[in-house]
Amino acid sequence: MFLLADKNASFWFPEQASTFAAEVDWFYMAMLYISLFFFVLIVAAMAYSMIVFRARPGYKGSVEALHNNTLEFWWTFIPCVIAVWIFARGVYGYLDQMKIPVDTNNVDVLARKWAWNFTYPGGVSTDELHLIVDKPAKMTMRSDDVLHAFFVPAFRVKADIVPGRYTNMWFEPSKTGVYDLFCAEYCGDKHSAMGAKVFVQTEEDYNAWIAKEMLPPANAWDWGQKQYAKTKGCIACHSIDGKKVVGPSFLDTWGKDVELAAGGTVKFDENYVRESVLNPQAKARKGYETASQMPSYQGRLKEEEISALIEFLKDVKTNTTKKE
Amino acid sequence: MSTVTRPQSSPAIAVHEPGNFLTHSSGFLSWALTLDHKRIGLMYLVGVMSSFLLGGILALMIRAHLFHPTGTFLTPQQYNQVFTLHGAVMVFLFIIPSIPAALGNFLLPVMLGAKDVAFPRLNLCSFYLWVGGAIFFLVALLVTGLDTGWTFYTPYSLDSKGPVVLATLGVFILGFSSIFTGLNFIVTINTMRPPGMTWFRMPLFLWATYSTAIIQVLATPVLGITVLLLTAERLIGIGIFDPKLNGDPVTFQHFFWFYSHPAVYIMILPAMGIISELMSVHSHKGIFGYKLIAYSSVAIALFGFLVWGHHMFTSGMANVTTIVFSALTFSVSIPSAIKVFNWLGTMYQGTVTLTTPMLYALAFIFLFTIGGLTGLPLGALSTDRHLHDTYFVVAHFHYVMMGGTLVAFLGGIFHWWPKMVGKMFNEFWGQVSAIIVFIGFNLTFLPQFVLGTRGMPRRYANYLPEFEYLHQMSTYGAFTLGIGLLVAGLVLLHSIWYGRKAPTNPWGGATLEWVCSSPPPHDNFSRPPVVGDPYDFRGIEYDPKVGGYVRRPVVEKGLG
Repeated sequence: MFLLADKNASFWFPEQASTFAAEVDWFYMAMLYISLFFFVLIVAAMAYSMIVFRARPGYKGSVEALHNNTLEFWWTFIPCVIAVWIFARGVYGYLDQMKIPVDTNNVDVLARKWAWNFTYPGGVSTDELHLIVDKPAKMTMRSDDVLHAFFVPAFRVKADIVPGRYTNMWFEPSKTGVYDLFCAEYCGDKHSAMGAKVFVQTEEDYNAWIAKEMLPPANAWDWGQKQYAKTKGCIACHSIDGKKVVGPSFLDTWGKDVELAAGGTVKFDENYVRESVLNPQAKARKGYETASQMPSYQGRLKEEEISALIEFLKDVKTNTTKKE
Repeated sequence: MSTVTRPQSSPAIAVHEPGNFLTHSSGFLSWALTLDHKRIGLMYLVGVMSSFLLGGILALMIRAHLFHPTGTFLTPQQYNQVFTLHGAVMVFLFIIPSIPAALGNFLLPVMLGAKDVAFPRLNLCSFYLWVGGAIFFLVALLVTGLDTGWTFYTPYSLDSKGPVVLATLGVFILGFSSIFTGLNFIVTINTMRPPGMTWFRMPLFLWATYSTAIIQVLATPVLGITVLLLTAERLIGIGIFDPKLNGDPVTFQHFFWFYSHPAVYIMILPAMGIISELMSVHSHKGIFGYKLIAYSSVAIALFGFLVWGHHMFTSGMANVTTIVFSALTFSVSIPSAIKVFNWLGTMYQGTVTLTTPMLYALAFIFLFTIGGLTGLPLGALSTDRHLHDTYFVVAHFHYVMMGGTLVAFLGGIFHWWPKMVGKMFNEFWGQVSAIIVFIGFNLTFLPQFVLGTRGMPRRYANYLPEFEYLHQMSTYGAFTLGIGLLVAGLVLLHSIWYGRKAPTNPWGGATLEWVCSSPPPHDNFSRPPVVGDPYDFRGIEYDPKVGGYVRRPVVEKGLG
């Protein structure tokens, strides 16, 4: 699912692809060098005592407990000063990250088990995040089910998406390219597969992409296929190659009788698909009793979208090879 | 082999032998119903070490699975269950009870020169509560997989089909076990100190245990409340955590970390206490800056209550709240730094013996310092937004919890093992175990810092190919670490049957447990001993006839 991996900019960090990255990396390296300085000092003092004061024939060290007020004051005071500086610098960078500019490109982000959905001002909705380079972007994020977190290492930003409220965040992509987006808050079975691609593009490329996405689908099957694979996230749990992911696969099921958890069978037809999309637990399939429950898509799919999806489900196999 | 069976001064009781607590009585019931703090301590030790073995096997399963980007032998669901159990078993069954309940129970009364803890029956009760809670957990393991992570974050834990209620009930029961232990220790230290032992003449291990006990008593009830609310939400939907019922999932995080952050100090404070003892005894020199170490234990215990919000820097708290929690978080770093400097000062000009316990103590300082310093970029807000919930955090808390607490615990076990079982272990193989553990540990967790800064999120069953070689290093390290721990375990077990008899004072310690014979008699002391400075090493000299140290009357300084 991940085509391109982020390139590393340094030993520690991936590419710096947002305006936040330079400050975060610089600050991290500063703390690293301060830490290394003290660490080397501590280990050197330890090694010195291990060697010079080691027990050996003919050597007898002091037994008196030592105490030195001056020394103890300074090794309390100096760490305090450093801690205050680190705290202040962290707050400085943080407040920059929290202050959302007025003029931003807005994207609505929907996180759910286990897919991302991005909706753009024109109404275009996809599973890829497209951004314009050097333009601040604001994410208005919500979750349908449990906690998720939006994390793009190349941008050095992360925010939890809490169900029941909107979470806003912003950043400014500074470099065109393709980056990884991860879900960073544990969300269940396919948490580690809940990723997406972030495309940072020039304004022309972005507009061209939006224009293409705005075109109506060529036919119902294509539309259904796109919903399945891209916009509605069905693919996260249902395969079309027979593999059991979370829910049942759609391979060779159309028109067949399928077994139900409650006993008996039902024919996998238009009405069964429609019912299962709107009320997934009404006729749950046998063998999936312990699987994570599918949420209802009531209100999220229009009637014509369901029809298109059904067109796709009628013929998942042959068409996949024929039409692409 | 000159075990001088000194005549015990207890003519009132008809003692068959100059017995010790192990031989005092026999039979299953004499252990199962014992009120002797030493036996309870040993039973706890067996319990927590069994839990550690289980948690360790789960850890190796995790590392084996992550050897390849697509995983090697677990499905993602199974992986989620394994890491949940690893975390839950290690935290609730191993680290929290490890030092206070096992070593603390054994040592606290002996160090105080007392016969037992203040409430011996409560002590036994706490042990059985621990067993009961542990059984709930293991049932959860065997029945169906718990997959919420050890943190039980809502709303996932409300929807999850795993046995959340069963597991949280286990946590509830374990909480009481912890509270009872803490309560017992507070009362014992307050009321049963012998003549001459003022607060500032207590061994530092007792200061650490006392601070820990305060946290146990004050914070653990909040955990109890939290898991009860979670259970109520799951069973009857009271609408406090569930967004579908107008609840707020972040409220759960506040509740949970209000206990679980102080719990981190329940884990690390006793470890610091052990290190204070080990550094001093094996340097044969009084502790540097006693008062500062004692005060910093209390400071850590108090500040520890105020920093829980740093687990939630990305949860969407208000900016001001976030900034305040960041400031408080840095305040807790200072007392820890002070302790490290004081331990180094203790070695300075002493007579440093590189025994097995000392090697573990030195490994602790090395690893704990890394653990502490890597807390800085996590406490700083701008860098935390990048590092939160990545492998950087995983590496950081393993350096503190495992490199810190576990290594100190092992050092403590090796240090007090002769006292507990009355046998000396093989020193050479003990040192070998310390070195393997040290190398294996760093190989496991150093690469994870780099994984984290490069953006590898935690709790992932599969990962991108670019992270592969760092994960593989970590897996090799984990198995090396496993071998080191196995060697340590074998060294200890071997000593029970083949070790030479331990002298009363094998290391040259000055605290009271080294005055009791090894192992101590049933009653520890026939009457409360009069005590002075616990770090007064004058006159403690090695006596080859005894095979251990004896305290000679101090005429002048020097010459044994």
